[in-house]
Amino acid sequence: MTETFISWGMDPNWAWGVATICGILLIALPLMLSVAMIIYADRKIWAAIALRRGPNVVGPFGLLQSFADGLKVFLQETIIPTGANRGLFLIAPIITFTVALMAWAVIPFNSGAVLADINVGLLYILAISSLGVYGVILSGWASNSKYPFFSAMRASAQMISYEVSIGFILIGVVLFADSFNMNEIVKAQQGHGLGIVNAFGFNLLLFPLAVMFLISSLAETARAPFDLTEAESELVAGYQTEYSSMSFALFWLGEYANVLLMCTLNAVLFWGGWLPPIDWAPLYAVPGIIWLFAKILFFFFVFSWVKATVPRYRYDQLMRLGWKVFLPISLLWIFLISGYLMLTRYS
Amino acid sequence: MIQLFAFYLFATIVIASAAMVIFARNPVHSVMWLILAFFNAAGLMLLAGAEFIAMLLVIVYVGAVAVLFLFVVMMLDIDFAELRAGFVRYLPLGALVAIILAAELVFAVGAWSAGGVDLAARAAPVVSDKSNIQQIGELLYTRYIFLFEAAGIVLLVAMIGAIVLTHRKRGGVRTQNISKQNQRRPQDATRLVDPGVGQGMEL
Repeated sequence: MTETFISWGMDPNWAWGVATICGILLIALPLMLSVAMIIYADRKIWAAIALRRGPNVVGPFGLLQSFADGLKVFLQETIIPTGANRGLFLIAPIITFTVALMAWAVIPFNSGAVLADINVGLLYILAISSLGVYGVILSGWASNSKYPFFSAMRASAQMISYEVSIGFILIGVVLFADSFNMNEIVKAQQGHGLGIVNAFGFNLLLFPLAVMFLISSLAETARAPFDLTEAESELVAGYQTEYSSMSFALFWLGEYANVLLMCTLNAVLFWGGWLPPIDWAPLYAVPGIIWLFAKILFFFFVFSWVKATVPRYRYDQLMRLGWKVFLPISLLWIFLISGYLMLTRYS
Repeated sequence: MIQLFAFYLFATIVIASAAMVIFARNPVHSVMWLILAFFNAAGLMLLAGAEFIAMLLVIVYVGAVAVLFLFVVMMLDIDFAELRAGFVRYLPLGALVAIILAAELVFAVGAWSAGGVDLAARAAPVVSDKSNIQQIGELLYTRYIFLFEAAGIVLLVAMIGAIVLTHRKRGGVRTQNISKQNQRRPQDATRLVDPGVGQGMEL
């Protein structure tokens, strides 16, 4: 994009700056729109599984429901509890929302269509996703209320636990792809399965990791069945209890942007990203971004499907799954994968 | 130009937030300033071209260590009046530490202005066509492999030590055995009986 602006007669430095800002807007605005639509989709899927109709009043098929909700929330008054720590109370939703947007900078939408094509892309995503926990902790603490505080404690322990196993799972992918760069990881998946399937997930060594990553990403985004942070039967609404109006909406948007990000990561890391599922020339005629979106939507469907069907975990079961099941298995798998690669690729 | 601007921005924020860690009245605010300091230090690392170190700084310090700090500090019930009480008693020790640090600063600035040690001759030359991670990996796993392994063993021992120190066996706790639960079948758990009228049944 920078070249286009330079060809319009702009100074290279300015062209770079304008191109970057355009890139950010090109990612952030459609993302916000898709978050609105994905909330609608979530409610519709959930309703369909529960044999209900779901939102069907605002607009055709209720398509405008999320926008109506957004407008309603926007017009509400922002209430700050008297006992709350004002500054941190207001910063917390901003952190959640900003962090949810930041990680999208390194997601490749097509070959070369990535805002920041950095060498440490995957580490950047790990770093940013580890920041997300601060929004939750701070909101829980700054609310100066019991339920949000419990929720914050749960959230921080949960996210840290699952980040450990996610880290090990990502190492498995990096070992196979031989790069931390997201685009390189996608390219490494071309024809990976038997020379025809464009996905790491079809590799027998990586498939268990793909399953564990899917489950860990549910836990990392605090979606059902791991939504203990907002367990309404115990904690009212968890860390969001004291929030209203736009500050609540920011949590909401950030949460769904994170869910979309995790779906994208599943698609990019294990199922070929913008590559078509099968390495067959006519399929490449379809733009890569469409393949990527199809994969993201598929994983989002899995997320809502799980939400509608699986009962909530108990807290000690959640911790057991993270530390006693996923961590040892993913560690073992690192050994297996590196042993296999030493025998085949590097010997 | 923009690098210079970014450097001064990050450096100022690092120093200012490091000062705020000490000056903030509320310990939770202190930890937040500390996080900001870590974050901007990572920015400085990025400017120095060490993107791997920058990411590690954020992942390890901001993502894990500071969360645990925050975790502990939030749960502390801190009495602020009591915190400020021992000022006179701790003044000599504090002054001593301050003097030592000031002396070190003076020596460091003096040595630096005197020309400094030629570190460039001792450090490994930077290979520009390789990424940061590859360079660090190649050094760590070839030249410094034993030191690296030794560091790993020290960490392992520390981890085991921490577990041994905090682990205690409590009697009378009933824990869930998930594999046992999953192996349980309906026929083991339920029994169909057809008791006659007035006979009742035994369990």
